[in-house]
Amino acid sequence: MPQPVSVTDMDATILGAWMATGLTLFIFSFLYQDNPLFKLAEHLYVGVSVGYTIVKAYDTVIVHLIVKPIVEEGQIALLIPVAIGLLMLTRYVPRAAWMSRYAFAFIVGLGSGLAIPRTISSFVLKQVEDTIRPLLFQAGDGLTFSFNLLNPASSLNAVIILIGVSTVLFYFFFSIEHSGPGKIVARTGIVFLMIAFGAAFGYTVMARMSLLIGRLTDLIEFSDVSYGRPTWWLLMLTIAVLVLLARRVPNRPPDLH
Amino acid sequence: MIFLRRRLPLLITMITGLLFAGQYYVPHPASEWLLTSATKWLQIIGGFALVLGVTSLFHQHAVKIRRQEAGWGYSLVLYAGMLVTIAVGLWAGGKESLDGSMTAFGWIYSYMMVPLQGTMFAILAFFIASAAYRSFRARSREAAVLLIAAVIVMMGRVPLGEYLIPLSGDVSQWILNVLNASVRRAILIGVSLGTIALSLKIIFGVERSYLGGGKE
Repeated sequence: MPQPVSVTDMDATILGAWMATGLTLFIFSFLYQDNPLFKLAEHLYVGVSVGYTIVKAYDTVIVHLIVKPIVEEGQIALLIPVAIGLLMLTRYVPRAAWMSRYAFAFIVGLGSGLAIPRTISSFVLKQVEDTIRPLLFQAGDGLTFSFNLLNPASSLNAVIILIGVSTVLFYFFFSIEHSGPGKIVARTGIVFLMIAFGAAFGYTVMARMSLLIGRLTDLIEFSDVSYGRPTWWLLMLTIAVLVLLARRVPNRPPDLH
Repeated sequence: MIFLRRRLPLLITMITGLLFAGQYYVPHPASEWLLTSATKWLQIIGGFALVLGVTSLFHQHAVKIRRQEAGWGYSLVLYAGMLVTIAVGLWAGGKESLDGSMTAFGWIYSYMMVPLQGTMFAILAFFIASAAYRSFRARSREAAVLLIAAVIVMMGRVPLGEYLIPLSGDVSQWILNVLNASVRRAILIGVSLGTIALSLKIIFGVERSYLGGGKE
C-alpha cells in the first residue's frame, strides 16, 4: 500500500516543479537572444553553485577533516595543514603576502612528487605495454592471427592501434622535418587525429542531446495538471516578457559622429 | 630575508617533491601512512584555497553593487542565491536528506541546481549543431574524414541511426574503441612526458612561476 504523501512534501514538490520549470525556460530563452530572464537564471546558477560548494567544503573539510578528528580523536598533527592553509590567506595582507609562498611551495612540491612515479607507471609504461601486444595468439595446436575488427583485442586491431599511436606521436614530434617518408607518416597521424576529433565531437553532441532530452522530459512531466501546469503558464510568461522586451525602444545615446 | 622569502619556499618544494616521489618506491606501512596523511592534508589545504576563490568572487560583485555598474541587480541575485544556499545548507548540516525526507538544502539542489546545470549544458547541443553546420563542410580530405567519423558515431549512439544504417553501431564502437583509443593513448603519452618534465623542473627549482612575481 503506498505511503500517503504529506501536505508539506506535496507542496515542496509542486513549488519545486514551478521553480525548475521557470529556470529551465529562462535558460532556454537564450536560444532566442540574450535577455534579462536568462541573465537572472545565469547569475542565480552561479550563486547557488558557489553556495552549494561552500556548504559541502565546510561539511567535508572543516567538520569531518579538521574539527571532528582534532576534537574527538585528538589528531593534533592536523593543525599543521590548517596552519599551511591559513598561510594562503596572508595574500590579503600585502606586507605578509610572501608567507603564502610556503603553502604554494608545499602543494606544488607535493603534487609534483606524487605525479612523477605515478605518471611514468600509469600513463607511459602501461600505455606503451598495451600498445605493443603479441600479434599471434595460441589457438588449439598452433598460432593464429585474428582478423576480427569487432574485438578490440584482436591481432588486426593491435596493428591498427600500434600504427595509430606511432603516427600520432610522430606527428607531434617536431625535432625532425616532416618530409619524404616522414611526411607520409605524419599525414597518417593527421587522419587518425581527424577520426578521433570527429568521434569526440559526435560523442559530445549525443551527450548534450541526452541532457536536452532529460530537460524536455521534465518540462513535459511538469505540464501535467497535478503540478498546476507550470510548463504552460511559465512558457506564456517567458514569451510575454520576451515580446515586451523586443517592443521596448532602447534609449540609445546620441550619435556623436 | 631573501632566504625566507625566496629560497626556503624552493627548498620546501624540493624536499616535499623528492620525498613523495620516493614514497612510491617504498612498500612499507609507514610509507602508505605518509601518502594517506598527505592526501588528507591536501584536501584540508585545498579547502583554504577555496576561500581565496570565493573571496575574489565576493569582492568582484560587491564592487559592482557599490558602484551600481550596469547589471548590478544581477550581482544582487547572485549574492542572494549564494547566501540563501549557504544559510539553508548550514541549517541542514550539509545534508540533502534527513531520515528519508528531503531537506531545504536538498530542495535547492534538486529543483534549482540540477535543472540549471542540466539546461546550461543542454543548450550547448544547439550551439554545437550550429557550429557544426557552419564548419562541417568537407573543404579538405581531413575535414571530410572528421565529418564522416562524427556522423557515424552520432548514428551509432541512437536506435534510429542503427535502424537506418544497421552497421553504424558496430562501426561506431570500433571507431571509439580502436581508432579513438589509439589517438587518446598517443596524446596521453605526450602529455605525460610533458608532466614529468614540468614536475622535475619544479622540484629542482628551474620553474618558479608558481611563487608569483615580485622582486624578492
